[in-house]
Amino acid sequence: MSALSAKGLSVALDEREVLSDVGLEVGAGGWLSVIGPNGAGKSTLLRALAGLLGSRGEILVDGVPAARLKPRERARLMAYAPQTPALPPDMTVFDYALLGRTPYISYLGREGRTDRDVTAGVLERLDLGAFGARRLGHLSGGERQRVVLARALTQQARVLLLDEPTTALDLGHQQQVLELVDRLRLADRLTVISTLHDLNLAGQYADAMMLLAGGHAVASGSPVQVLTEELIGTHFGASVKVQAGPDGRPQVQLVRGER
Amino acid sequence: MITRSSPPRPAVTGGGARLRPLWVAGALVLLAGCMVAGLLAGAAEISPWAVVLQLYDWLPLVSADSGLAPVEQGLLQELRLPRVLLAAVVGGLLALAGAGYQGVFRNPLADPYLLGAAAGAGLTVTMAIVFVGGDAGSAAVPAAAFAGAIGGVFLAYALGHTARRSGDGTATLVLAGVAVTSFLTAIQTFVQQLKVEELQRIYSWILGDVGGGWDDLSLIAPYALLAATTMLLHGRMLDVLSVGDDEAVSLGVRAGRVRIVVLLAASLATAAAVAVSGLIAFVGIVVPHVVRRLAGGSYRIVLPLSLVGGAAFLVLADLVARTVLAPAELPIGVVTAFVGAPFFVFVLRVTRRVET
Ligand SMILES: Nc1ncnc2c1ncn2[C@@H]1O[C@H](COP(=O)(O)OP(=O)(O)OP(=O)(O)O)[C@@H](O)[C@H]1O
Ligand SMILES: [Mg+2]
Repeated sequence: MSALSAKGLSVALDEREVLSDVGLEVGAGGWLSVIGPNGAGKSTLLRALAGLLGSRGEILVDGVPAARLKPRERARLMAYAPQTPALPPDMTVFDYALLGRTPYISYLGREGRTDRDVTAGVLERLDLGAFGARRLGHLSGGERQRVVLARALTQQARVLLLDEPTTALDLGHQQQVLELVDRLRLADRLTVISTLHDLNLAGQYADAMMLLAGGHAVASGSPVQVLTEELIGTHFGASVKVQAGPDGRPQVQLVRGER
Repeated sequence: MITRSSPPRPAVTGGGARLRPLWVAGALVLLAGCMVAGLLAGAAEISPWAVVLQLYDWLPLVSADSGLAPVEQGLLQELRLPRVLLAAVVGGLLALAGAGYQGVFRNPLADPYLLGAAAGAGLTVTMAIVFVGGDAGSAAVPAAAFAGAIGGVFLAYALGHTARRSGDGTATLVLAGVAVTSFLTAIQTFVQQLKVEELQRIYSWILGDVGGGWDDLSLIAPYALLAATTMLLHGRMLDVLSVGDDEAVSLGVRAGRVRIVVLLAASLATAAAVAVSGLIAFVGIVVPHVVRRLAGGSYRIVLPLSLVGGAAFLVLADLVARTVLAPAELPIGVVTAFVGAPFFVFVLRVTRRVET
């Protein structure tokens, strides 16, 4: 049984269809990377999967129709990290990450010991242990991004929806974050659906990819099937060369035009 | 980057969202100090020591001889004490309402006045006085004020909502609130001019005063209690909302419902305050700001400390209003605006400097 699947997913925003009839299926422990040019509908797809947008079609989480889950139940199954998160500047890193425990706390309740321990553990793993008392407004772009990831991880959901989790990170932290997500999904059989602008990174970590263009899923399959010179040329309008890397995964290089 | 050679793993610090007992104690001491000062000030000379003794005497189970004449006791009991208490309640409510609106709209500049709530309450109370002939202290006034406050906020919300196409709804909301406020204030002015014989009364009420005595206090007590309790209980929920609707929903919170509940509570608090004291500006924006700067940004800190801080602030403002031009009295709203506006600009500047 797949951890997350969607059939015929369509979303209209402002009476314009920005996602049309998209289907996907990711098994437990799988990593699906959604790629596509700006405005293709990647973020819209993740938001629809997270239940933040009204959509047509069917979404199944662990075989259960998502529409039938209560908000809190759904939040325990799926965590979502947005592309441009709102970070209250005066909130501390620890308190922000602690918000991930919300689905486990009753409406007027308060966090318990476990919630704090889980949060502390996640911060430690993300190299943020020393940042707990810092205010969000005083963080660098990359630190912020890791904090948002920490918030999603404290949610301890089986499915992670990560919208551009690495855009502001330096090389080392890009690798660190993606490696961590990778380890988590292998160790805890987490299911990851991410969007990534860096096609090489996307191809390296994902075991399945989907190319969105104009709201349609124009290609999906293994990285080798999706990262082809023709598909990238057609849908990104980029001239690239794709070669197999040392690990057999495709590597995408930009080709400079003739001068 | 974090250097790995830093001293043995620092325990992950955090929990800034906890309300430190020291802050609460400090705020309460400040409030108590302001209240005693408020009781001491007044046209009649009563020795401070006698006032303190008299207060002690009024406490249950203990007694003391303050040496005050019955007239002075009566003055203290029927004028100064209710006045100070009313100032505290109104100030606390306004600051709490400001903090609540700020949480609901995720905008540190939201405030009962910017959102049309106070103007709405002002309009309906004026209408009640002019058309129904109700007294400014009658039981119909809080109900009218509540309806007006809710009406004002929802008008602002509806206007902001239709004006918003996508993206930043918060800015449009405040702009809509400002438009609604000026519109409702214009109507209010029109209505008050209809009845010249009531003009003086409405005018002094609108400018704000907390001299309503025990009657006003008991009039709004139930609303104040309900509104304050509801808001104080929603601190954590407002913290969740502060990260944005998308994330709040993805965390399993019904963001819309939380908003409505806190919005209603904040409007009830505004209404209760406006019903007995007229329009007193800036408390709702300055106090939560200061609290946030000093003690932290979590609503679990901001709400309770704003309640206490707002109370202290307004007691102090009333003290100034009564003494600065004695024996004449300034409307309290003039004092809060006089102190609040420059202070607000100052706070804003400091905030900016810290953030850039
Ligand atoms: N709230 C909205 N209302 C109307 N249209 C929207 C809204 N949000 C996004 N869109 C439109 O939907 C389309 C898809 O947007 P989406 O954010 O999903 O793109 P994306 O693939 O994530 O792009 P990017 O790579 O730039 O992040 C775009 O054309 C965008 O303009
Ligand atoms: Mg996007």
